[in-house]
Amino acid sequence: MEPENFVIRQISIFSENRPGRLAAIAQALGEEKINILAFSIAEANGFGVVRALVDHPEKAHDKLQSLGFNVAFTEVIAVKMRDQPGGLYEIAKILGDAGINIEYSYAYSGKEGAVLILRVDQVGDAITKIRKTGATLLERSVFH
Amino acid sequence: MFWDKKIETLKPADLTALQLKRLKKTLAQVQHVPFYQKRLADAGLKTTSIKTLDDIKKIPFTKKQDLRDGYPFGFFAVPLKKIVRIHTTSGTTGKPTVVGYTRKDLDTWSDLIARNMTMVGITDDDIFQNMVNYGMFTGGLGFHYGAEKVGMTVIPSATGNTRRQIEMINDFGVTTIHCTPSYAMHLSEVAEEMGTGLDSLKTGIFGAEAWSESTRKSLEGRLGVTAYDSYGLSELFGPGVAFECPEHDGLHIWHDSYLVEIIDPKTGEHVGDGERGEMVVTPLVKEAMPLLRYRTGDVTLVMEDDCLCRRGKKIARITGRSDDMLVIRGINVFPSQIEHVLLEIPEVGNQFMVYIDRINHLDEMTVDVEINREYFSGELADLAILQKKVVKELRDALELRTTVKLVEPGSLPRFEGKAKRVIDRREVV
Repeated sequence: MEPENFVIRQISIFSENRPGRLAAIAQALGEEKINILAFSIAEANGFGVVRALVDHPEKAHDKLQSLGFNVAFTEVIAVKMRDQPGGLYEIAKILGDAGINIEYSYAYSGKEGAVLILRVDQVGDAITKIRKTGATLLERSVFH
Repeated sequence: MFWDKKIETLKPADLTALQLKRLKKTLAQVQHVPFYQKRLADAGLKTTSIKTLDDIKKIPFTKKQDLRDGYPFGFFAVPLKKIVRIHTTSGTTGKPTVVGYTRKDLDTWSDLIARNMTMVGITDDDIFQNMVNYGMFTGGLGFHYGAEKVGMTVIPSATGNTRRQIEMINDFGVTTIHCTPSYAMHLSEVAEEMGTGLDSLKTGIFGAEAWSESTRKSLEGRLGVTAYDSYGLSELFGPGVAFECPEHDGLHIWHDSYLVEIIDPKTGEHVGDGERGEMVVTPLVKEAMPLLRYRTGDVTLVMEDDCLCRRGKKIARITGRSDDMLVIRGINVFPSQIEHVLLEIPEVGNQFMVYIDRINHLDEMTVDVEINREYFSGELADLAILQKKVVKELRDALELRTTVKLVEPGSLPRFEGKAKRVIDRREVV
């Protein structure tokens, strides 16, 4: 399995911190029948970045951009967790022991079980290290 | 009380004669400045063309932009060797306006400040705390040397650390303070929080921003001072150009040193006494940097009635600007400066909006700027770095702390015709 198959495209959307921005984004994606698999909002000093994993990232990107949103792709990876107490700990410990520095992270629990989404600074390096630990990385095809 | 009674109370005919003599001298002095050589030659003027004060109308105006074009030393009429001090003031774009002083200029300037202070009853018995910026701003050193000339005990406390300022006022028995009116308001509030009075204070000199009669009442009530309005601008030395006398009805501008015209800013034509317009000043006593018909941008009028104190005609308190200059915490800011800073930062767009509020009596400026679509990396951390960068660049250019808000591309208003990028939400002063 080639390492790039584990690189997942997250869409990152710049948003001012004011009412209605999230609704506008969600509405646009809904109109395009794009499914949001996981999602988080990071906020700083009056503005934020909405981060989403969607089933059709290109379509989502183009639609949001056509509406004037500032959108970028960000490469993330997804690690499978046990959907049970202690599941996050197991993975977090493995990542820590492997020396992987997490820039940010969010999680969801879906059809594939519990999933931890990670943004790391050296994606390729992180993929190699995580695979060595025996933890399960989800392939891009699981999402889109 | 008078510092220089003879000159302050000259009879009109004597004043006119002195002004004309000094205007001619100034015309000779500007011949050392290439800008003026050319300007006067282009207008077909010789030094001999000015025979009466009224002939001044023949001379073209000097604008702030002209001074900027002369950056840094293009307006100095003496060799740099003779310049003993340099100050700067905001330019309309990137570079500041540079002003220079000979030793004689510093003496003349401090003398004018001594006149102002003596006029309101300040003497060498007074203890003076000078709570303004001591750097490139002319208000700090200007008042410092004027107060020393009067013989006051001077405390060069400069700005910041309000609690320490209050301690010094109380511990040193300060009688006279100089600061911006908004800082004075802040000072009174902090004193109140500390549960201390400022009992030794008698006189407050407030300048560098416009302030109202209701602010006067509240400052006088809260600080226990008599409040005086002080006016000046760096291009005309700095503070000390005009000052209120104890009548509190307009400011005395020193007519022996400054030739005043009030014009309609659109046509450049003179308006009559009692009519509001832009004040144009020809300084008559400057050696290092003489100017002809300088457009101050400040809106006022020459009052028709003479003053009981016999010091000649007064100007009304400044009511506004004929251009778009803003005064934020006593610092002059042109919207064009902000634009200039943003143009240099590729990660943000060129559209911007400026909001000015008064929070706890202090001015706060917020700049909304769009991020540049192409520079969005998707990372929050990069945006935070960008925001800090814009704050820093603005602070370096304006010498002012601002709040910067990054907004979505395309979200700020686009203007057709005259842009209105500044929303001043401070209460009308």
